[in-house]
Amino acid sequence: MRTVQSSEVAKRVIAKESLFILDVRNEGAFEDWKIEGEQVRHLNVPYFDLLDGIEEIEDQLPKDEEILVVCAKEGSSIMVAEILEEAGFPVGYLSGGMKAWSEYLEPVKIADLKSGGELYQFVRLGKGCLSYMVMSGGEAAIIDATRMTDVYLDFAAQRGVKITNVLDTHLHADHISGGRQIAIATGATYWLPPKDAEEAVFEYAALEGDTFIQIGDTKIDIQALYSPGHTIGSTSFIVDDSYLMTGDILFIDSIGRPDLAGLAEDWVGDLRESLYSRYKKLSEDLIVLPAHFMIIDELNEDGSVAEKLSVLYEKNHGLNIQDEKEFRELVTDNLPPQPNAYQEIRQMNMGKIEPDEETQREMEIGPNRCAVR
Amino acid sequence: MSTTTFLDAKGLACPMPIVRAKKAMKDLQAGDILEIHTTDKGSVSDLTAWAASGNHEIKDQQQESDVFKFWIQKG
Repeated sequence: MRTVQSSEVAKRVIAKESLFILDVRNEGAFEDWKIEGEQVRHLNVPYFDLLDGIEEIEDQLPKDEEILVVCAKEGSSIMVAEILEEAGFPVGYLSGGMKAWSEYLEPVKIADLKSGGELYQFVRLGKGCLSYMVMSGGEAAIIDATRMTDVYLDFAAQRGVKITNVLDTHLHADHISGGRQIAIATGATYWLPPKDAEEAVFEYAALEGDTFIQIGDTKIDIQALYSPGHTIGSTSFIVDDSYLMTGDILFIDSIGRPDLAGLAEDWVGDLRESLYSRYKKLSEDLIVLPAHFMIIDELNEDGSVAEKLSVLYEKNHGLNIQDEKEFRELVTDNLPPQPNAYQEIRQMNMGKIEPDEETQREMEIGPNRCAVR
Repeated sequence: MSTTTFLDAKGLACPMPIVRAKKAMKDLQAGDILEIHTTDKGSVSDLTAWAASGNHEIKDQQQESDVFKFWIQKG
């Protein structure tokens, strides 16, 4: 039996390799959230139905391809993999289960910056979250960090850069921000839009429109652009005059939902103005880098999630609804279910509650659901 | 008269609570109750799904601090 790490699964999903998964979680958990990929095939049979043997599913399993057994944490998948191995199937299990998959970040290089320095995207495949590191002149900024703060700290250490600024585009409702913890660990400045952080119980630097943050001595600018709609404070960044970080306002194949921090009705107008007016005034050559992807099709060949603004104005349905009433209906009616524990996550991101790590994991279970299509 | 059998699965990680529950249930008669205590958070949804798939009925369910208690009637 092979122990398969999330990093290997991530690389195989990105490379669109064939992968057969036997998911032994119960049906509700599987339907809510699973490992997705273009060439990923699933069979979902709860482990408790396999305790007496696998005869009933044997003819549904491939014989010439490794079966990856997946469960919530790994215990059940090891047990089922042992049964399969005894029956002669080539088999592996996902180390750490869906918990590890949810926490894995794949770093993907987006670009060398014009004035030196590099831009990396951290793709959290299991949850659809995207975060960023801008490096220049020995310094680094991190944008929309996840709670897996060691990943960023190690990455910066390996490259010998000092993290000086940590930014969140908005107060997240779907995942726990690692921004504040990174700032505490490194002495970096933590920036938050004040309109989102009114109830925050910690010190932060107020991130408002037309703030410029310099990274390194080669003058990589991060220009803040107020773009409300997903939250009232949502702020976009233009990095190095070339990259537009849209947070949860604009995605590749969808747009942000306005209902997670208050009333959708109140913010739908802001969302429309950000998408149809504020962004429209920007250069169409900007590369859009969002804080999420919703479906695996939004990934490029190299695993990155990035597209030119002009292409999005052409292809993203949410940017092409001329009728205001129709737009209003799209973003307020028939919204997908809200992310798991989104209110608690908002509380945590304001520093109002401090649950232990195990509870934080439970809070983040499931897909992100920040978008509407 | 139905009898109640007690199974202590506290401290056991997935999949053991269900493995033990399934084994204990085998020795019971239809209508008998299995009272099981667990501490693994995942056991809550798993016991519920397992009971449903085996046509057993969850008669009662409680949580006392970190301990989850289930009373499951054999179907």
